[in-house]
Amino acid sequence: MDKQATGGVKAGASLGFCNVWIALNGHLLLQLDRTVMPGEILTVMGPSGSGKSSLLAFIGGFLDPAFEADGEIWLGEMRIDKCPPADRHCGLLFQDALLFPHMNVGQNLSFALPAEVKGRKARKDAIAGALQNIGLPDIESRDPATLSGGQKARVALARTLLSRPNTMLLDEPFSSLDAELRAAMRDLTFGAIRRASIPAILVTHDAADAEAAGGPVVKIGAPPAI
Amino acid sequence: MRIAPLLALAVIGLPVTAGLAGTVLPAFGFLPALGRETFSLEPFRELFAAPALGDSVRLSLVTGLAAALISLGLAGAFTAAATGTPAFERMRRLLAPLLAVPHAAAAFAFAFLIAPSGLILRLLSPWATGFERPPNVLVIGDPAGLSLIAGLVLKETPFLILLILAALPQMPTTRSRQLAASLGYGRMAGFVFLQWQPLYRQIRLGVLAVIAFSSSVIDVALILGPNLPAPLSVRLAQWMVDPDLSLRFMASAGAVLQLFVTMAAILCWIGLEWLGAVLLAGLRDRGLRFARDAIARAMAVGLPLATALLLILGILALFLWCCAGFWPFPDALPGNWTLRSWRSAWPRLDGPLATTMIAAIASTAIGMILVVLRLATRPSGRPPAALSRGVMWLPLLLPQVGFLFGLQLLAIRTGTDGTYGALILSHLIFVIPYLMIALQDGWAALDPRYERVATALGASPLRTFFAIRLPLMTNALLAAFAIGFAVSVGQYLTTVLIGAGRLPTLTTEAVALAAGDNRRIIAVYALLQTMPPLILFAIAAILPTLLWRNRRAMAA
Amino acid sequence: MTVGKAWLSAALCLFGLAGSLSPALAENKAPAVSDWTAIEKAAEGQTVQWNAWGGAENINAYIDWVGERMEALYGVSVNHVRLSDTAEAVSRVLAEKAAGRTANGSVDLIWINGENFVAMKERGLLETPGWATLLPNWKYVDVKGKPTVVTDFTVPTDGLESPWGMAKLTFWHDTARTEAGQLPHSAKEIADWLKDNPGRFTYPAPPDFIGSTFLKQLLVETAPEKIDLSQPATDENFAAATKTMFAMLDEMRPNLWRGGQRHPENYPAMKALLADGEIDILFAFNPGEASSGIAAGELPETVRPLPFPAGTLGNSHFVTVPFNAANREGALLLANFLISPEAQIRKENAELWGDPTVLDVASLPEDDRKAFESLPRGPATPSPEQTGPVIVEPHASWQDRLEAEWEKRYVVGG
Repeated sequence: MDKQATGGVKAGASLGFCNVWIALNGHLLLQLDRTVMPGEILTVMGPSGSGKSSLLAFIGGFLDPAFEADGEIWLGEMRIDKCPPADRHCGLLFQDALLFPHMNVGQNLSFALPAEVKGRKARKDAIAGALQNIGLPDIESRDPATLSGGQKARVALARTLLSRPNTMLLDEPFSSLDAELRAAMRDLTFGAIRRASIPAILVTHDAADAEAAGGPVVKIGAPPAI
Repeated sequence: MRIAPLLALAVIGLPVTAGLAGTVLPAFGFLPALGRETFSLEPFRELFAAPALGDSVRLSLVTGLAAALISLGLAGAFTAAATGTPAFERMRRLLAPLLAVPHAAAAFAFAFLIAPSGLILRLLSPWATGFERPPNVLVIGDPAGLSLIAGLVLKETPFLILLILAALPQMPTTRSRQLAASLGYGRMAGFVFLQWQPLYRQIRLGVLAVIAFSSSVIDVALILGPNLPAPLSVRLAQWMVDPDLSLRFMASAGAVLQLFVTMAAILCWIGLEWLGAVLLAGLRDRGLRFARDAIARAMAVGLPLATALLLILGILALFLWCCAGFWPFPDALPGNWTLRSWRSAWPRLDGPLATTMIAAIASTAIGMILVVLRLATRPSGRPPAALSRGVMWLPLLLPQVGFLFGLQLLAIRTGTDGTYGALILSHLIFVIPYLMIALQDGWAALDPRYERVATALGASPLRTFFAIRLPLMTNALLAAFAIGFAVSVGQYLTTVLIGAGRLPTLTTEAVALAAGDNRRIIAVYALLQTMPPLILFAIAAILPTLLWRNRRAMAA
Repeated sequence: MTVGKAWLSAALCLFGLAGSLSPALAENKAPAVSDWTAIEKAAEGQTVQWNAWGGAENINAYIDWVGERMEALYGVSVNHVRLSDTAEAVSRVLAEKAAGRTANGSVDLIWINGENFVAMKERGLLETPGWATLLPNWKYVDVKGKPTVVTDFTVPTDGLESPWGMAKLTFWHDTARTEAGQLPHSAKEIADWLKDNPGRFTYPAPPDFIGSTFLKQLLVETAPEKIDLSQPATDENFAAATKTMFAMLDEMRPNLWRGGQRHPENYPAMKALLADGEIDILFAFNPGEASSGIAAGELPETVRPLPFPAGTLGNSHFVTVPFNAANREGALLLANFLISPEAQIRKENAELWGDPTVLDVASLPEDDRKAFESLPRGPATPSPEQTGPVIVEPHASWQDRLEAEWEKRYVVGG
């Protein structure tokens, strides 16, 4: 399964939207027709309820059936909008870290590490390396519930990166952090995306996030009147 | 995989429908198996000629309504007074195990307390009451059914409070409490005016189930209810086992009448709902604040607490009687202690105990699989379709005699009566709905983003289910298992009719003993009936803390 | 979906087709009762479903012991299906016959007498032809001295049921609370006595067999002499015979325990009431009942018999085998064991049960006779002088009518 999915996409593929639109109750929420280049971060801004998160859900394959949506999404040469969600490899980051509470930190990361990384030692090293990269070495056996908010956010980022995503979908990932941590997390996240050379979509209502992302910005409209 | 989610519905819907048909057709004189192939109203004519039928119907109707009204009043007042206080959480811990006490055992415990020769009067006599002999007062089995209603309230109040507890997290309780307080409303008034109606809508089916159960209960009525005449359902069950075969037609006609009685009780209740809404709106619109509600609050917390303590004291009385030697009135304690009751009961316990455990474990395990299959394949974020919701609640909203009579005929006809398969299947009819009630809120409450994250990390749906969903549901699954188990252990009429007397359980044995009124042996059986579910509830409460001792977020 | 299909086809069977699902298989293969060796061989490994009233712990314990002995002696298991009313078993057999289950029935042996036996006999629900007199242990049964072992409520048993025990209605009181001299000594004196002692008497609600028996005791004491109760009841003779009796019950009712609004379910329930001092008079069909109650700690040691010099009802109780019993041979073996000296000696032991034997003790082998004679009788078992004459049961048809009339009068709630 992993092979199938990763096999179809070349590293450094761009994320393309071809006539993508999403509507709710017959009300058009957004339209998108553009390409996000590898290492580029497209920021989508809009007030809450404007449907900006539904774009991420549509890309990831989790859109609620209450929405209508259509259009083509391409990762490099591969069309992904009809793929099963598990085969799309879109790394998701939310405002909450969403570390699996029944696993320790190491198990969380191991869950993300593709099965192609074989052998106990290789997997252990990969996990240790990932923790090293986010500046939190040797916390494999920690209970995620005992980590601080900033630490959790960093582990969540490391977990997403370990899964070798083809693209990153960021849903207001910094809004629960205080100002200082937020800046550090932005640097860490955006730096990782650029290093991995994958396209990313950032959904936010914070202009500072958009500025730090440094990419193009799409603004979408007000929520539909009910 | 397409039919998997339908299995749970089929296991309930098919037998209930077939059972209803098997009850209704004989009611109109049609049962080819007994050589009657024409329809007639004769069974109903015979039914309405039965002496004091009107009194039985009135009893059933009043019992159903009164038990529901009082239980809901207690549960609602408690919620209004206690949400957001530590008492609330403590109450939950107290109530969950009480839910495990089977109805019959609770009824016995209550009877051992309030009888004229019961523990309460023994504790008070003769020093406070002057009684040397028990007073000649009709307490147990009073013709108005008061002790029956009280016994049902004892069990249904915890049930409703736990239903409310399951529904509350989906409501903005804290914010609306603060809002009401800032406008000068008392705590209870604020809750009732702002939150009661949406909350009630969520637990409404549960309340209707209480009415249906109470208006057609058999085991509790055999223990606490009047017998001259008995409530309708009890008389129906007696007719059903009468040697005169023609009474079966009358019993079936009576079961149809019981369906109407329960329906009438529910219609009355809908009238009461309307009346209550009008009254509530009237009070609210006059802007009454009820700010000084300390006394009302104390009572609202105290009364359900008292019912819980009463049940616990009753279970204590069971403990005393099971080891009592000769114990004359008005002695507060037995004169001597003996294990004679245990010794004499023990050799006969293995069969019923094994049957109880096999039926409970098998039906709960199968039920869990079916319910989890159904929940796991339901599109997330969607409420279940009205039809499937209706089927799930059907066994709880119909009087049991209404379809179990027909189901027994079916079982006899297919030669499956008295087999484990049929017994487990018939228990499933009642276990599945309770498992569904116990699991669905917790299932829906899990943040859907956990599974999305897992999927986005490349996990297949199956891996996500087994590695993320199920472990995160451990606590809810354990609690649901305990509830399903308790429901199976408590099944009386189902086991009597489908088990055909060849598969006795602790419950059928205990209720059969009610007739003999041997308090020592009754105590042994009632306690044994209570223990396995109670132990399972304890496991469900303790196991998560052991299992997740290194996972703070899971041990809650 | 196989489950669903099974239910569906079951529904079709029940309501669509009248055909039988279980054709008779075993009828011609079954060994005759006269070929006892064949019976013993066929019985081995069977589990006998013995449907018996389960309301009394001492009797339940006795039945357990019977099960152990059957296992040890013949390799036959016994499952006691506990009934609160024997009618349940009768109705089960009836339902099976109606459903076409002519073999492989779920009931193998029933503890029975009176109207339930008559109902089964009349409907052809019993193992035929008469088998009871062919049982090897029948030779010990006291047919001459105890005529009720072959006449059940005036109806000849025709060998369709085998006697198990003797019953004689017996009354007791607690000497620590009451003096025998101030208590009634016949059923018809109770009404008057109750006026000064309200609440101190009650009887189980018919159709409980002891409750119905109390009605019959009152009936035989009060019915005009010209009416022959051994003849079937008719509309005319019933009204005439029961006039005084129901007048008396009406008079009694407000003064009964709980004002007659509630009755105990059966006689063991009355033991608890006597022990607590709620009522003053206890009665049961088994003369050894009070002694075994004292031994079990259920009754105070001061309980003694209350003689009824004019006599009380007596009868026998039996076991019988339904026509479709799946474990017929095991059931016959069990019926035979129940009238063995070993089983009857244990049954008459007042510390265990105290139910009188149906055997002719004088005809038994020396050892068994001695064992009978040395049995503990218990402190509350009436001596021969205290035991009044035996009054024979009225014809079985009286009981149904009495129960129906009683229900009509007193079940109307208030």
